[in-house]
Amino acid sequence: MLHYSKSHEWIRVDGEIATVGITAHAAEQLGDLVFAEAESAGTTVSAGGQAATVESVKAASEVYSPVSGEIVEGNPALAADPALINTDPTGEGWLFKLRLSDPAQVDALMDEDAYNAMLLDA
Amino acid sequence: MAEPAAPTPLHALHLELGARMAEFAGYALPIHYAKGILAEHLHTRAAASLYDVSHMGQIGLTPAADAACALEALVPADIAALGEGRQRYALFTNPAGGAIDDLMVAHLPGEILLVVNAAGKADDLAHLRAHLPTRVAIEPRFDRALMALQGPLAESALAALCREAATMGFMDARRLDVAGFPATVTRSGYTGEDGFEIGVAAEDAAPVARALLAQPGVMPAGLGARDSLRLEAGLCLYGHDLDPTTTPVEAALIWAIQKSRRPGGERAGGYPGSDVIAEQLADGPSRRRVGLKPEGRAPVRDPAPLFAAEAGGEAIGTVTSGGFGPTVGGPIAMAYVAAQHAAPGTRLWAEVRGRRLAVDIVPLPFVPPAFKR
Repeated sequence: MLHYSKSHEWIRVDGEIATVGITAHAAEQLGDLVFAEAESAGTTVSAGGQAATVESVKAASEVYSPVSGEIVEGNPALAADPALINTDPTGEGWLFKLRLSDPAQVDALMDEDAYNAMLLDA
Repeated sequence: MAEPAAPTPLHALHLELGARMAEFAGYALPIHYAKGILAEHLHTRAAASLYDVSHMGQIGLTPAADAACALEALVPADIAALGEGRQRYALFTNPAGGAIDDLMVAHLPGEILLVVNAAGKADDLAHLRAHLPTRVAIEPRFDRALMALQGPLAESALAALCREAATMGFMDARRLDVAGFPATVTRSGYTGEDGFEIGVAAEDAAPVARALLAQPGVMPAGLGARDSLRLEAGLCLYGHDLDPTTTPVEAALIWAIQKSRRPGGERAGGYPGSDVIAEQLADGPSRRRVGLKPEGRAPVRDPAPLFAAEAGGEAIGTVTSGGFGPTVGGPIAMAYVAAQHAAPGTRLWAEVRGRRLAVDIVPLPFVPPAFKR
């Protein structure tokens, strides 16, 4: 099950490790992505803090971590094929994995229905 | 934001074609259509794309001979010897030799037609009114539409609506009927590809655009692709690669100062800042516009500072345009760097998000031009 942040990241929790990426809506808004880079493994990020950068032809955009934790790894497949974020944003196009420092923070995020409702309201 | 973005004469067509619109220089313009910037960029190089550039300012000057001579008091280009039916790139300079704007100058039958940047058009008009003699009539045509048809299929597409277009060479300029509508046509553009810019009355813009889009291989494209194409072509974007502090010599635009206007030429100098520019032509500028190829995959964008070493030291330059080149298949940039660091092959470091990334100075353009000679 995915949880969503207001800044259009998704997170999938598996035990103490979570996978994070940007939503299909965010990827569509950004357009063709040509570069992606997560903070290096071992970096501690707090909820809402910058954890990765994605770049389209036109611009660079920051990606925030929905929850606090320590970056475990960036998606190695994105170096060769950043367009995976466009073609499979919630699957192959994941951005980084995180070791959760406060799993309870996940409960404060939106579920899919709430996220879709937010998009409709915007 | 004071004023809402103004629609161009093609606004309704953009919406019908599903454009993603954004405000640019006070106008609502397509950034891209459904297929996106990458596809539109590659399509332009492979086939042909139609761009709405109606935000650019068109200004007519008459009579042609007087206007051409008078304009030389404002630009370092040779306009007096620009033959009827020809177009040339020029820059308005200030007393320091800096660029106030860059523009295209076409000599059409009976008049000189200028195309200036959207952001500068009011100032450019005031500049012309302040400095051209009263015998030159200045007619702004800011309500007219301008379209750019760019790419290897541009010739066949336009020739289907206007047979004479096929006989034009690069930088030719003519008044022609396109699909039956009176137009100014120049064989030029801002992509490094063969192509045309077509000026028409506002009410004729949509039928002309539809007729062009109906030709084989022609797709609409937005400002996003236009920007990545011009960057690959090594062309300056005013406000980024050119501004009032950059001279044509620093900008590596010496080719825009013809021999007749350089020291020793028959009409040398006589434009604002010609003394500064003459000195830079003789001694070389202290900084220069160069091409940069980042070693890695990360785009290096403006205004990233540049350093001569991987750690420490003062900045020796600044990126002025940078991004991803779809045809190059990787990041590319242009920058101003101190002259002693400006030789092709020089390794520099660009600071991006607090880290220094290796970049190499390379000759411009990144993609060889495909102009019709």
